[in-house]
Formats: sequence, C-alpha cells, structure tokens
Amino acid sequence: MSTYLYIALIPLLPLVSFLLLGLFGRKYFRSSAGALGTMALAASTIISFAAAYQYFFIDGKADGIYQKIVPFSVSWLPFSESLSIDMGVLLDPISIMMLVVVSFVSLMVHIFSLGYMKGEERFSTYYSFLSLFTFSMLGLVLSSNIFQIYMFWELVGVSSFLLIGFYFDKPTAVAAAKKAFIVTRFADFGFLVGILILSYYSNTLDFPTLIEKLSDPGSEASLAISSAGFLGISAFTWALALVFMGGAGKSAMFPLHIWLPDAMEGPTPVSALIHAATMVVAGVYLVARLFPVFSTNDTALTLISYTGVISALIAAIIACTQTDIKRVLAYSTMSQIGYMMFALGLNPESGDNNLGYMASMFHLFTHAFFKSLLFLGAGAIIHFVHSNDMRDMGGLRKWMPLTHATFLIACLAIAGIPPFAGFFSKEEILLAAYDSNMIIYFIALITGALTAFYMFRLYFSIFWNKDSTHTADHGEGPLSMKVPLVILAIFTLVAGLLPFSEYITANGAPIETHINLGFSIAPVLLAITGTILAGWLYKTPGDKPAKLAAALGGLYRAAYHKFYIDEIYLFITKKVLFNLVGKPAAWFDRNIVDGTMNGMAAVTAKISWLTKGIQNGRVQSYALWFFGGVAALSVLFIYLWK
Amino acid sequence: MNDLLIIMKQELLLTLIIFVLLTLKIAKDMDNGAFLNLVNLLLAINFVVGFLGGMEGMLFNEMYHTNSLIILEKNILNLGTLIISLQSWSWLKDHKHVAEFYILLLCTLLGMFFMISAGNLLMFYLGLELSTIPLAAIANFDLAKRKSSEAAMKLIISSAFSSGLLLFGISLVYGSTGTLGFAGIAASYSADPMQLFAFVLLLAGFGFKISAVPFHLWTADVYEGAPVAVTSYLSVISKGAILFVLVPVLYTVFKPIAESWYNMLYLLSVVTIIVGNLFAIRQENFKRFLAFSSIAQVGFILVGITGSSSAGSSAVVYFVLIYIFSNLAAFGVVSFVSATTGREGISDYKGFYKTNPVLSWVLAIGLFSLAGVPPTAGFFGKFFLLLAGAGKGNYILLTIAALNMIISLYYYLRIVKAIFMDSNDHPIEKLSVPVFPKLALYLCMAGIVFTGFVRYVYDYIQSLSIGF
Repeated sequence: MSTYLYIALIPLLPLVSFLLLGLFGRKYFRSSAGALGTMALAASTIISFAAAYQYFFIDGKADGIYQKIVPFSVSWLPFSESLSIDMGVLLDPISIMMLVVVSFVSLMVHIFSLGYMKGEERFSTYYSFLSLFTFSMLGLVLSSNIFQIYMFWELVGVSSFLLIGFYFDKPTAVAAAKKAFIVTRFADFGFLVGILILSYYSNTLDFPTLIEKLSDPGSEASLAISSAGFLGISAFTWALALVFMGGAGKSAMFPLHIWLPDAMEGPTPVSALIHAATMVVAGVYLVARLFPVFSTNDTALTLISYTGVISALIAAIIACTQTDIKRVLAYSTMSQIGYMMFALGLNPESGDNNLGYMASMFHLFTHAFFKSLLFLGAGAIIHFVHSNDMRDMGGLRKWMPLTHATFLIACLAIAGIPPFAGFFSKEEILLAAYDSNMIIYFIALITGALTAFYMFRLYFSIFWNKDSTHTADHGEGPLSMKVPLVILAIFTLVAGLLPFSEYITANGAPIETHINLGFSIAPVLLAITGTILAGWLYKTPGDKPAKLAAALGGLYRAAYHKFYIDEIYLFITKKVLFNLVGKPAAWFDRNIVDGTMNGMAAVTAKISWLTKGIQNGRVQSYALWFFGGVAALSVLFIYLWK
Repeated sequence: MNDLLIIMKQELLLTLIIFVLLTLKIAKDMDNGAFLNLVNLLLAINFVVGFLGGMEGMLFNEMYHTNSLIILEKNILNLGTLIISLQSWSWLKDHKHVAEFYILLLCTLLGMFFMISAGNLLMFYLGLELSTIPLAAIANFDLAKRKSSEAAMKLIISSAFSSGLLLFGISLVYGSTGTLGFAGIAASYSADPMQLFAFVLLLAGFGFKISAVPFHLWTADVYEGAPVAVTSYLSVISKGAILFVLVPVLYTVFKPIAESWYNMLYLLSVVTIIVGNLFAIRQENFKRFLAFSSIAQVGFILVGITGSSSAGSSAVVYFVLIYIFSNLAAFGVVSFVSATTGREGISDYKGFYKTNPVLSWVLAIGLFSLAGVPPTAGFFGKFFLLLAGAGKGNYILLTIAALNMIISLYYYLRIVKAIFMDSNDHPIEKLSVPVFPKLALYLCMAGIVFTGFVRYVYDYIQSLSIGF
C-alpha cells in the first residue's frame, strides 16, 4: 500500500516548522513565526483530510471491512530476533480520525494564537513549541509499534510541559508544568512496565502482531500470560491495568487527574489544544488502539468503565462549584473523557461490544470540536476581560455577540441537546451503557444533568447575570480570533450528523444504529432541567446561588475543595513518604556519612591529616560496611535462601 | 609468534605507547602543549588501530584469551580514554607531571585489558591490581588540594581491603576445585557452602569496583576529592571494564550456581538502585551528585545482567557504551567549568543557560540521556536493560527499577531546571572552550545521537554476545 507514503508528511511538516522556528526563530522569523507555523500545519491538515478521503471512500475497505494498513515500517532498533523497535505508520479508522481531529484543531489553535499571542515577546518560541507538540501528537496517533507510541507519548509530555510552563516567570505556571509532568510520568511508569509484560509474553512490540497474538484467548501467548500470576491476579490483567494506568494519567482520570486543573496556567489556546482535543484523549486512544486485547479481559474492562464513570461524576460535581472559567472547562473535559473511557469498558452480556467502542470514538470526535470551541471562546473572553474569574464577568453578550453565539452553540452541544453534536454521541454512549450495566447508566444520566447545569451556570454568569462594567474601548478581538470560532461552531453543528458507525467500529465492519426517540426522552429532559435550573439561579444577579450552597453545606464545601484530593496526595507524599523514606535516608546520610566527615573537620591539629583521615574511623567504617555486606550475603545465601 | 602479535595487538600497542612516553619523559624536555598534542594523537591512533584486523584466540595455556566481543569492549574503553584525555586538556596543560599522569593512566588501561582477556583467576587478579594501584597514584594529582591526597589514600586502602577478601575468595576457589582456569572452575563448581562463600567474596570484590551497595562507600569521597579527569575515568572506564568481565564470569564460569547468583544480584541491584537514588537526591556538589547517580546506574546494569541471556549481555555492553558518552558529556562540562572557575555546586549552575547556551545544551542532553528520557540513547540503553531483566519474569525487580527511573528523572530534571529556568545574580561567566575539550564534547554528542538512532551499533554488539 505504498500509495499512503505521503502520510509521513503530516507529522514531518510540523517537525520541520519546529526545527526552523526553534533554531532560527528568534533571528529570522521574529514576526513571521506564526505565519510559518500556521502554513505548515495548514498543509498537514489538507493532507490529513485527503488521506481520510482516500481511506474511507476509495481504498480502505476490503470485503466491506476497513483494514489495518501499514504503509511502511522501518526496523529501527532490533532488540532480539522477534522484538524490535520500529518506526512505522499504522492506518486504521481511528488513527485516520485522530489525524483529522488533531491536525484540524491544532490548525484552529494556530490561527487563533496569531491574534491572541500577538505582541508576546517569545512569539516564535511559542510557535515552535506548538509545532513540536503537534508533531509529537501526530506521531503518537500514527504509531505502529507499542514502543513507538511510548516514545511519542513521552515527547507529548515534554512538549506539553514546555507549553504549560510557557509563562515561566510566573511561579504558578512553572509549578503546574512540573506537577503535570511528574503526575503523568508516574502514570507512564505503569505504562512502561505494562509494555514490558505484554512484550515479554507476546514476544512482539508491533501493534498488529500483538493484537493478533493476545486477542485470541486460545493462542499460546494468551494462555501463557493468563496463567502466570502475581498476587493472585493474572499477568494479563496486571499488564492491561498498568497500560491503562498510563492512559489514565494522560487522560486525567480519577485519581490521577490532579494535574489537569492546574495545567490551566498555560496560555488559553494551549489549553484548547492540549486539554480539550488532543493530549488528554491520548489515554482513550491508547485503550482503543489495544481494544481487541482489552476486550478479552473482563477485569480490565470493569476497571476501565468504573474509573471512567467515577471520574465523570466527580468532575461534574466539582465543576458546579468552581468560579475560574478555565477550571470549569478543565473539569468538564475530565468528565467528558470519563464518558469516553467508560464507554470503552462496557461489555454487554449479549451481542457484540462494538457499540460502546463506536460511541466512545464518536464522542471523542464531537467533543474535540465543541470543547476546543469552548476553550477558544474562553480565551477570547479572557482576552477581553483580563480575568479568569466568572464573578468578574456578566452581561458580556452585548460586547461579544459572536463569542456569545458560538459559546452558546458549544454549551448546547456539550449539554446534549438535539440537534447539536454532543447529543448524538452521548446518546450512543448512554444506549451502550443501558445495554450492559444499569448502575453506570444511571450515573451517566445524572452526570448528564449536572453537565447541562454547570455549563449553563458558566454561560449565564458570563453573558447574562449583572450588567457589564466594561466599556467598548476594544472590540472582541482580531479576525484571526473570530474565524476559528466560526469554523468550529459549524463543525459542532454538523459533526453529530455524520454516519459515524458506518466508518469507525471495533472490527471495521459497519454497525446499525438508530436514534430511539423513546430512549432519548430521559437524558434530554434532564439536560433541559439542568439548563433551566442554571438559568433560574444565574441569569439575574441575586443571592439564590449562595442560599443553595449554604443549604447543601458539607457537600458544597467538599466539592468546592475538589474533594480534598490534592490534600490527600500532599499528605501521602509529604507526611507519609517523607517520614518513612526520606527522613531515615536523610538521617543516615547526616549522622553516618556527614557525621564522620564533620568529626574529621573538627580535628585540625597539625599532625599528619592523612593518618587522621584513617584513624577517625571513616575508612574502617567503609571496611565494616563492606564486610557486613559479605557476611550478610553469605549467611543469607548459604543458610537461608538456598 | 605472528599470531601472538595479532591476538595481543591492543595490549602491545598500549605498552608501546607507554614506553614511548616514558622515553620522551626521560630523554627530552617537551612543553606541555606539544606533549598533549602528541599523546592525544597517539591515543587516537591507538583507538583506530584497535579496529583493524583483530584475531580471536587463546595464549599462554588459556591464561589469556580474546574474541570479537572482547576486542570491541577494549575499543570502547580506548574511545572513553581518548575522550577523557581530550577533556582534561585544560586541567593538564599547566600541570607539572603530565607525562607521569599519562603513563600511570595508560598502565591502568593495560591492566583492564588483561583483566578482560583473562582466562584464569590469577591473570584476572593481576589485571585488576594493575588497573587499581596506579589509579590511586593519579587520584593524588591535584597536588595543591588536600582532598585529592585524601581521596588517593582512601582509594588505596579500600582497594587493599577488597583485594584481600578477593584473594581469600580466589584461594578458596583454588582449594575446592584445584584449578584457577575459568574452564576448569566451570566444570567442577557447585553450590556447596564453601564454594558459595568463595563466590560471595569474589562478588564483593566486583561489587567494590563497580560500587554496588553496600560496597560503595568509598565512591563519594574519592569521586569528590580526585581530579575530575580521574573521577570520570573511575566512574566510566573502570566500571565499564569490570562490568565487561563480570558478565562472562557469571554467565560461563559460575553458570553452575546461576540460581544463587541470580538471587544475589537481584538483592544487590535493588539495594543499589534505591540507595544510589536516595543519596543522589540530596547532593549539592555536582561531582558528588554524579557519583551517587552513577551508583544507581550500576544498579540498573545489574538488573540487565540478571536476565542471563545473550540479550542481557548485549544490553550491558550497549548500555556501557551509551553511559560512557552520556556521563562523559556531563563530566566534560563539569570538569571544564570546575577547571576554569573552580565552581562545583549544583546551585552554581543556576542561570547557566543565559551565559553558556551551548554548554548548557550539552549538559542537558547528557543528563537527559543519563535519566533515560526518550529519545536520547540512554533511554534505549535502560529500556534494553529492563527488557533483558524482564526475561526472568521478576516483576518486583522490574517495578522497583521502573519506579526508580522516575525518581532519578526527578533529580536530573532538577538540575536541568536550575540551568534553564532559575535566575542567578552571579551566574558562571561566559566561557570559551578550547579545541580539545570541545572536540571531546562533540564526540559525546555524536555518540549519544549515533548509538541511539543507528541500529548497526546494537546489531553489531548483539551479534557478538554470549548467553545461556
């Protein structure tokens, strides 16, 4: 299938742009950096759309099923005869879909930033980071090898670290960047160990081969990995749970989500790119990529769906209490990704598990558009108001008519009100949940109502409520900020109407879906109720919200403090870990190592300092440790642990 | 006779160089600059000739043997020595005893060559001593610094102690098997208590040289006190040589007690990684920091060795090669900064990027590679070690190792942050790097990129590797 060779250009163009801007940006592209980056990405986007057209409508299908195509793969570092690290491209419906989503949203962000970041001193640096991020994300999406995906996964982490910490003279931004990096790194450790276990049993790192070997429960590799165990759980479950841990870290799933709200310290267009449509869905993408393997292990699926649904609910509750508009959006992202995650984990007793997978990918697709629209809208608002706090806003609909209209469309979409995009994808998810697990279905239903409530709380607080104190001295923003809003709004309107199940399913064969009017009544009614409640509370200024908060008492306070999860982490790391590990180590170093050193320094007589160095016991103590080690090893291995 | 010349080519060439330097020292009064040019040229020739037409074989009743892997390992050590020599240019150009420095240094290298090629415990012991005693002498070469003499004294006394125990172990081996030849030992070794004890003593001797916990305590003092050139030589070349011996000794000579040594290595690697990391976090002196972090690195190498497969063996050689490049990149910058400004604290490096962007990048890439951040070569090295270790299916070991990779990332990153993000009222001034140290840094950078991104290096190593 060499006809797809041109795909390599899609990630390479942003890479070239990164290298150019990174190396020469400050000298030669000080003002044209934005144009250069945007043009490179526009070309990538066009090629992505062309590739999608070719794949879905011309030659992706064989016997009515979309094929996995590997147009090329270069063996890079062969570890042993069967294990080798390859650099390749894997095309299948989800990677093509992600290509389109990533390049398109990134293009919108590039355009939007032309206006938003204008006048920024490190303008060219910003665009070089943006290009690096886009390159790594596109590389991640196209990876044909589990190890290759891990590399790009790390690279995405590094570039998002750079972007979140872009305002590096702001301590909170640097802290947030560090927190995001360390939390996701911690999760990646699980991913790495998971890869090691999977590759050890399946003897391959290549995705298609890995899936083939492990998705058939009768195969040799599957039997081996399922029969080996550790702490009463099979190696298979361990490996999948660890890989999922990596995904959960990147996708900000409970309890690894704590980095996401803080990451809002980055420039707002960056949030639209990283924390709406691309990096945070990488975890969902990873699980989807290995879905045939995951779907043979019920324990792992259950873990995924409950992690997803709990994250969705918790994030929705917290979002209802936050006042920083970007944090509300951050929690809503976490909540929506929770939807995608639990939909992947649904495994109905009867029938195939295709619907959950399809619904999850569908929601990923629609969510990318309306969430990046919301973030960019928030960017325009912050640009106008110079504040992140919704209490500083109100009545903005008069000053920002276009932002108002597009923001409203996005809110309706995320709330799941027909005929906007979010309605269709959420509907499929709920349908899949209804078919397999009623508990999850009800939680998802409640979360849906909460979603409508907090989104419209945001909407009414920003655009209605009290009258604006702002003057019309500056407008909504330059054209470059308006165009992406309009384009994304159009996509939000039409994305839901695509016949998604025709194209993207777990096994490549189209499935039948239909909107069941009776089934839709409950979620839509709940969404409307949430909206009306938000309108009643927040459309006009008053003390109703405060009274409600007082009435809810402890629950409100707990949600406002994000259920104290950050504090729990602090307690564990600072108090428990520090006291149990750090302190003894420090004590040892101070008293045994430094103590002897200080002892030596204290004696400053004129006698040969060399003999002193020996006589003060230091070298003897080294010998003692040495001998102790020999004795311990001997006793242990000769008598105890034969 | 001709065979002997070719088989021992690397040793003979090195001996020749030593004699040339000795003669020059006695016969002619050369100024330091010319002398250093000559030495570096000779070392470069030595490195290149090492690659030409080697031959496998055994000599002297199996006392000495060589094969393609051993030739490669010696070449790796040659390269490392050359880089260190280039890096120390700034330090040596004003030193009174340059010729002595090189003569002693090359003697230790010669000792390592004999050690790697040993086919007999006696030969191994001789090589080991030849590679240690002159090192203690050159650890004292910062003549004006007390700490340098202290380091030398500590090194020689600790080594003597470890050698004593090692000899005791060797004599027990001889007593119980009646032979010192590797082949003979392999044929008659078993897990009876005396032989296990003898093995523990040998392992402790190895552990001392690679500074595995708890045999590591000399490391920090000696590394801090010795001149940076010696420190980097100790932490890279010495360690590499011992690791090159350790793998075949464990895999072939002590194969009969593989189960026992697997468990011992398991224990040692866990302790070494954890202790190395915990201490590295607290260090404020850059050299001391590198010393402790290199202890943790050895722990990772031990994880790879536990794999007991040809993959384990090739992963170790591959990692040592990468480790040489990465560690010398970091040491190179630190050594240059320390030689020109005398500043060695980590906090001195705050704002280093503002004044020395190129050196900062070299240092950062070296540290990233040491930390194992993809896509630097160090990442592949570590990943292969873990993959080799995974061959035994010991998840506890893997989990500990992977967790520690994150911890180590934290402290490496802390330095990178200091270099790039922290501000400093008195940053290290702008430095211009002379030709030789610059060349060394370029070599390291090229090495990090080349070994990571080009498959032939690993392919070649793998094609030569042994295992069982």
